[in-house]
Amino acid sequence: MKSLAELKKIREEAANRINLRTAKNGYRVAVGMATCGITAGARPVLAKFVEMVSEKGLDNVTVTQVGCLGECALEPVVEVFDADGNRTTYAEVHVDDVATIVEQHLIGGKVVTDKTLEVIKKAK
Amino acid sequence: MLVRAQVLVCGGTGCLSSKSDKIKEAFVENIKALGLDNEIQVIQTGCFGLCERGPIVIVYPDQTFYSHVSVDDVPKICSEHLLKGRIYEPKAYKEATEDELAKIKSFGEVGFYNKQLRIALRNCGMINPFDINEAIGRNAYQALGKCLTEYTPEQVIDIMKKSGLRGRGGGGFPTGLKWELCAKNQADQKYVICNADEGDPGAFMDRSVLEGDPHSVIEAMAIAGYAIGASMGYVYIRAEYPVAVERLRFAINQAREYGLLGEDIFGSGFNFDIDVRLGAGAFVCGEETALIASIEGERGMPRNKPPFPAQKGLWGKPTIINNVETLANVPVIILNGWEWFSSIGTEKSKGTKVFALGGKIKNTGLVEIPMGTTLREVIYDIGGGCPNGKAFKAVQTGGPSGGCLTAKHLDTPIDYDNLVALGSMMGSGGMIVMDENNCMVDVARFFLDFTVDESCGKCTPCREGTKRMLEILKKITEGKGTLEDLDKLESLAHMIKDSSLCGLGQSAPNPVLSTLANFKDEYIAHVVDKKCPAGVCKALLTFVVTDACIGCGKCKRNCPADAISGEIKGKHHIDPAKCIKCGSCVKGCPKGAIVVE
Repeated sequence: MKSLAELKKIREEAANRINLRTAKNGYRVAVGMATCGITAGARPVLAKFVEMVSEKGLDNVTVTQVGCLGECALEPVVEVFDADGNRTTYAEVHVDDVATIVEQHLIGGKVVTDKTLEVIKKAK
Repeated sequence: MLVRAQVLVCGGTGCLSSKSDKIKEAFVENIKALGLDNEIQVIQTGCFGLCERGPIVIVYPDQTFYSHVSVDDVPKICSEHLLKGRIYEPKAYKEATEDELAKIKSFGEVGFYNKQLRIALRNCGMINPFDINEAIGRNAYQALGKCLTEYTPEQVIDIMKKSGLRGRGGGGFPTGLKWELCAKNQADQKYVICNADEGDPGAFMDRSVLEGDPHSVIEAMAIAGYAIGASMGYVYIRAEYPVAVERLRFAINQAREYGLLGEDIFGSGFNFDIDVRLGAGAFVCGEETALIASIEGERGMPRNKPPFPAQKGLWGKPTIINNVETLANVPVIILNGWEWFSSIGTEKSKGTKVFALGGKIKNTGLVEIPMGTTLREVIYDIGGGCPNGKAFKAVQTGGPSGGCLTAKHLDTPIDYDNLVALGSMMGSGGMIVMDENNCMVDVARFFLDFTVDESCGKCTPCREGTKRMLEILKKITEGKGTLEDLDKLESLAHMIKDSSLCGLGQSAPNPVLSTLANFKDEYIAHVVDKKCPAGVCKALLTFVVTDACIGCGKCKRNCPADAISGEIKGKHHIDPAKCIKCGSCVKGCPKGAIVVE
């Protein structure tokens, strides 16, 4: 390494890798990953969230998993908490829905109303 | 899939000795078996600080804090938490300082860390010490780059002076001033030495920094080299720190490969390299002139100053010697500015200090606090107080060279000058808490025993004087002391302090002087009443059978000295002349009928 620019490049790459370990105060996305969630396809959904959050450079968003949320019939269930702890619960979230939630909710700050648990429950 | 979670396993010496390396392997195996190895990483880090609760595992991004983890817990944590997202409650950390039922799960919420401000320990427990990229990701070598490309050596020294950073190894000498003195001396070759000869019993902050974040020290040494005009550095570290030595050597090689050590660093024309020198673990080699002698291959003995090492140090060349923790502060000061650093702490002591909490305290471990935090906050809020509901009696700061402070000193803000004013010292940051069951005479004897062993023998007051003091203390703990002995002890102590050449002798009497000042009544109890109030000094104890005795004869059978007589169903009796005070009768008695007076 002979320049600060090279150091900066390494730093940026590495910072991305260790970003998981810093405390964040932005949105927190929790994917229900109990047996019911996994069977309904929560794993690829979680993967997609991780991928998109990283791709969009949303450093302040935490993507994590939780256990069963009690809505086993409507899995995969995803909860999004904002910085103040307000909860939005999405149901039947599939890989194709992830992009909308990321763009509208995590970036735009607007709840994706037609995917919320209440709306989906009513429709049934 | 991208990495979605990271499992950090503590790889500090404390946790390693509880098999944390096996825990790490078990995580790797189990995660692989669950098919999660593409999305979950396992990383071994340096010390997390809360050694009492080790081995410690933290799962990110949830920051779930698992304590006392064993290899057997790993499959459960993997299948519950990592696969299904449910925190494995049995091993989630429970707060020690409060209600045992109040479960605290997140790393950031643990009270032990709340009051801390981690500057020197900023990366310990956060990064993999074997991966230079992770260190760089946490800003390592940015400060070196800034110094080499933006600042002149004079500017670097100026920043260090204004920051108010003082030596963390014990002396408390202003770091910037030390650098300036050395920079002024012209020479064809100068040296930077990192003093990692951590010798205070119970202190392990330097080891933890080197184990958890070796690059911070390497970077700081290079910055110091640039500031004073040195091209070579040595880390003097004791051979009994094998983990730290291995990680340091690995890190030095990585830094060389990256061109962060070697020739023409960042194309600035500045050359710097580092070598490691292993010490044999002599306490006196922490003294700078003795340390230099040891690196040169001589016997580790201090010499007269002046000339100071800044004038004539290693191989007669101008040399600066900085402690590990001091150096770990340097890169952050450069990056964040001296204004930031000097805003932390008290008027004369800036920044933070790492303490190794030990003894009779719930949360044994490493804590880093801003200067000016009170002893009470450290011992109660962070340390959790004495375990088993025992009453706090004293705290020994500064290791064998420090003094004992009592409950009335608890609200003292900790800084260099306050501790010295109270007859103790900051030292390297050992903090040993004692409760009502510790005998202060015995504590003084313990520390003196250490210094007698470690005295290099060069000057008579230290070599002979400490030995005589130890003899008097032993006499007192055996119940043979007189009031005259106490006076003798005190005058000897002052004599040794005044006439010893180096810090070892000058500070060796401190534990005796401070216990004499703060616990005179305990000394008098030993000398006049021939009693040890804390029940520690064996020679002063008498074992007595009370009326609660049912005459079962168990004590008689247990006694190895045949000191107990009595008939079955009759009260037994202990012959004090034969009793060897082993305590086996007390332990065996089903009625608790034998008391110690």
